[in-house]
Amino acid sequence: MQLTVWTYEGPPHIGAMRIANSMDGLHYVLHAPQGDTYADLLFTMIERNNVRPPVTYTTFQARDLGGDTAELFKSSARAAYERFKPEAMIVGASCTAELIQDDPGGLAKALALDCPVIPLELPAYQKKENWGAAETFYQLVRAYTGAQAPAPGATRPQRAAGERARCNVLGPTSLGFRNRDDVTEILRLLADLKIEVNVVAPQGSRPSDLARLPEADFNIVLYPEVAQNAANWLKRTFGQPFTKTIPIGVGATRAFVKEVCELAGIDSTAFLSRERSRLPWYSRSIDSTYLTGKRVFIFGDATHAIAAAKVATSELGFKVVGLGTYSREFARDVREAAKEYGLEALVTDDYLEVEQAVRELHPELVLGTQMERHIAKRLGVPCAVISAPIHVQDFPARYAPQMGFEGANVLFDTWVHPLMMGLEEHLLQMFRDDFEFHDGAGPSHLGGHGGARDASAEAPVAVMAPVATSEAIVLQAPVAAKPEGWAADAEKELGKIPFFVRGKARRNTERYAAERGITTITIETLYDAKAHYSR
Amino acid sequence: MTSVLASAKALQKEACATTERPVLRERGQREVFCGLTGIIWLHRKIQDAFFLVVGSRTCAHLIQSAAGVMIFAEPRFATAILDERDLAGLADANDELDRVVGRLLERRPDIRMLFLVGSCPSEVIKLDLSRAAERLSVQHAPNVRVLNYSGSGIETTFTQGEDACLASLVPELPTRDGGAPQLLVAGALADIVEDQFRRIFAELGMTDVAFLPPRKSRELPAVGPGTKVLLAQPFLTDTTARLQERGCEILAAPFPYGVDGTMAWLAKAADLWGVPRARFDEVVAPAATRARKALDAHKFRLAGKRVFFFPDSQLEIPLARFLSEELGMFPVEVGTPYLNRQQMSFDLDKLPAETLVSEGQDVERQLDRCREAKPDLIVCGLGLANPLEAEGFTTKWSIELLFTPVQGFEQAGDLAELFTRPLLRRTRLEV
Repeated sequence: MQLTVWTYEGPPHIGAMRIANSMDGLHYVLHAPQGDTYADLLFTMIERNNVRPPVTYTTFQARDLGGDTAELFKSSARAAYERFKPEAMIVGASCTAELIQDDPGGLAKALALDCPVIPLELPAYQKKENWGAAETFYQLVRAYTGAQAPAPGATRPQRAAGERARCNVLGPTSLGFRNRDDVTEILRLLADLKIEVNVVAPQGSRPSDLARLPEADFNIVLYPEVAQNAANWLKRTFGQPFTKTIPIGVGATRAFVKEVCELAGIDSTAFLSRERSRLPWYSRSIDSTYLTGKRVFIFGDATHAIAAAKVATSELGFKVVGLGTYSREFARDVREAAKEYGLEALVTDDYLEVEQAVRELHPELVLGTQMERHIAKRLGVPCAVISAPIHVQDFPARYAPQMGFEGANVLFDTWVHPLMMGLEEHLLQMFRDDFEFHDGAGPSHLGGHGGARDASAEAPVAVMAPVATSEAIVLQAPVAAKPEGWAADAEKELGKIPFFVRGKARRNTERYAAERGITTITIETLYDAKAHYSR
Repeated sequence: MTSVLASAKALQKEACATTERPVLRERGQREVFCGLTGIIWLHRKIQDAFFLVVGSRTCAHLIQSAAGVMIFAEPRFATAILDERDLAGLADANDELDRVVGRLLERRPDIRMLFLVGSCPSEVIKLDLSRAAERLSVQHAPNVRVLNYSGSGIETTFTQGEDACLASLVPELPTRDGGAPQLLVAGALADIVEDQFRRIFAELGMTDVAFLPPRKSRELPAVGPGTKVLLAQPFLTDTTARLQERGCEILAAPFPYGVDGTMAWLAKAADLWGVPRARFDEVVAPAATRARKALDAHKFRLAGKRVFFFPDSQLEIPLARFLSEELGMFPVEVGTPYLNRQQMSFDLDKLPAETLVSEGQDVERQLDRCREAKPDLIVCGLGLANPLEAEGFTTKWSIELLFTPVQGFEQAGDLAELFTRPLLRRTRLEV
């Protein structure tokens, strides 16, 4: 039993629903109690879809449990088939239906409907949304391509000379973070490279399109969380290689182009000889100097978190002070990435743990999900959203990809704009006591935003203490009350140090004093300690 | 093929001959929330209470998704997510629950009342939360009182969650010995509405007035045979039954929407207290006049318009009464997840005879009826609204009717405005 305030992922049947909603001609019949239909609003409200997701729920109630829920499932499946006449159906159970063990797969098979029916086994008490999406996509791909599997040992026929290379683009889904625009960006890139696209799936394809997947020379995996399993199967079965690079950031996009061109057997030199993103120059232009070493905390799904850490470090010059993910399936990848920055990855789906990590690390920028946006808002730290769980704001009206060269431009803007501009930050350091221009006021170009910094982050004593509001969940006991021995002027001087390093300065100074048996910390002690630790 | 609307109308005509209004009962896919959703407003109403759902990841996901597409205020609710170990019996679910509750209360020492809220999975595995609540109440006495109710989808539809919660509070209410009559207003109201009603009752000379739920869990009103209950919400079937068991009398009244609804609702209590009619008129006149004026500003936009209600919160029938009687709209179909004829009788009787009342749902068939009826305004849940808008219909999402102060005189105009806004918006947009 796990105590959960907010959850990063829904249950696995939501993942299946995302696949169903991504495709045309696929219908999902879900054995689920009344109330589970809430999931429709994820698509109609958050993603602003103009049609309902292609899902039929049995919505059983207590009175049905005494009767025949299996019959209810069968009549719902039959009615759904007759009404929607789908090309294919997926059937399964939500968490409660899993407990009553009606076997939707077997029941649907007995109906002998005039379309392929793919049963899904999504263990709701072990797995989560992304796993459910990956498993559903994999099962569909297998169902539609399995029959074409060549005999073991058979080699892939060579492409005819002069024939353009063809690829599939795998992974984009409904409710995926900026998937809509990423696909557009990547398809443009592939068109520029003169690489033919065979199938894009699941987003925008029909079940019957999946049968054509083996016709491609290779696969592009945009979101491993969703497409890794299917890509592995296609590689094993049809010898189709797939890409490993996620084209987020300029460097990664260039590496992606190289990887794709190698797979397609074309030369990428000419294409890469021209700079295609504004990010490199914007980052090198001197006004960006103030970005150097900004402390950034990163949390999201594995794909976006790893990519963000790379871009933050090597393309914006930030310092990554925390890196984590809620994608347990990809924990190893994130742990390895974290090592590159000398960090230990935070792998958790406990929102409270992430909040605590942000508090302790005092970042100057948080790149996270909507949850971290909330944490950052309360701590008064600037934040940009880089990953699902999805929010209505993650579907902007404008074109805003994360991937490709345009995606890199978008990253530069969205990560840099929440920060304080360079000169403003300097002035703030110099005139800390200015009554309308202090470090609690937030960046001047962002209006009131960021102005309400959490009282605990502001108060010199309580950087680590629980937030002041009585409603907040108390994360840990407050640190020992106001430490003894600070002279009033030293305490005041400490207040002039930027809030995100103030806690550290206090701890260092106290340790320095304790080690030397100094009982009263003066301004002298403070600067002695500063000099001591800066060596 | 006979049209679905025509066959529904036939049923209507057939039954019009009898005295009781016919109701179309449907069973099929129900596009409604479960009772857990009530936590979204209840956790704000009772300020020192915490709601711990004992359920699955779906429950946690539902609450955060349904809450206005994710609110991020610090919540006084959480989910204890059951995992495989709990189901396989590897971990004693009760020990696990005790551990989770212990951790939670340690973190939230300000909590005085904890509701263990049952869910579909906890009901299906028959986890006995009432015994757990008793045990935990003893463990955490006297600081925290632990209660339980079910908000599961297999047992409750949307607002029935509040009903179940309030019903679980009733046995906790202290006993009141006879004496002068006391008024109890049942059903969660916005604080501002509660204050307005309190002032009106005071002016009418009714001082012994209490509200359920209270704002603080330690301020539970005492009840007994002298208690007269006025229902502020139309979905309190179980709560009223529990109150009756405590000797309370339920006053039969319409619900306090609009001017007429509010007037009749207040009058019911005032009459019982023997407030002279002249005094009553004098007290309510200023607010009622203001409210009528406010309604007039909306009447010309709404009168003659046809409205279709999908089942959602059980507010549908009283709201249809308000729209039809006070604003001249015509309700084509009024769907309700569950019809309590007794509590609804005043409002139900005032609906036009031609209005189809339906109970339960088969969402696909109801959508067919709705499309055929081509109403001017559709009141429906969040899952249906945008797709219907995309088909060219004008919709009002029903959850807003629960998250907005709509009862009483001062809110009558606001309530009308909720229905005017989508229509007005259509006329404004040129894109």
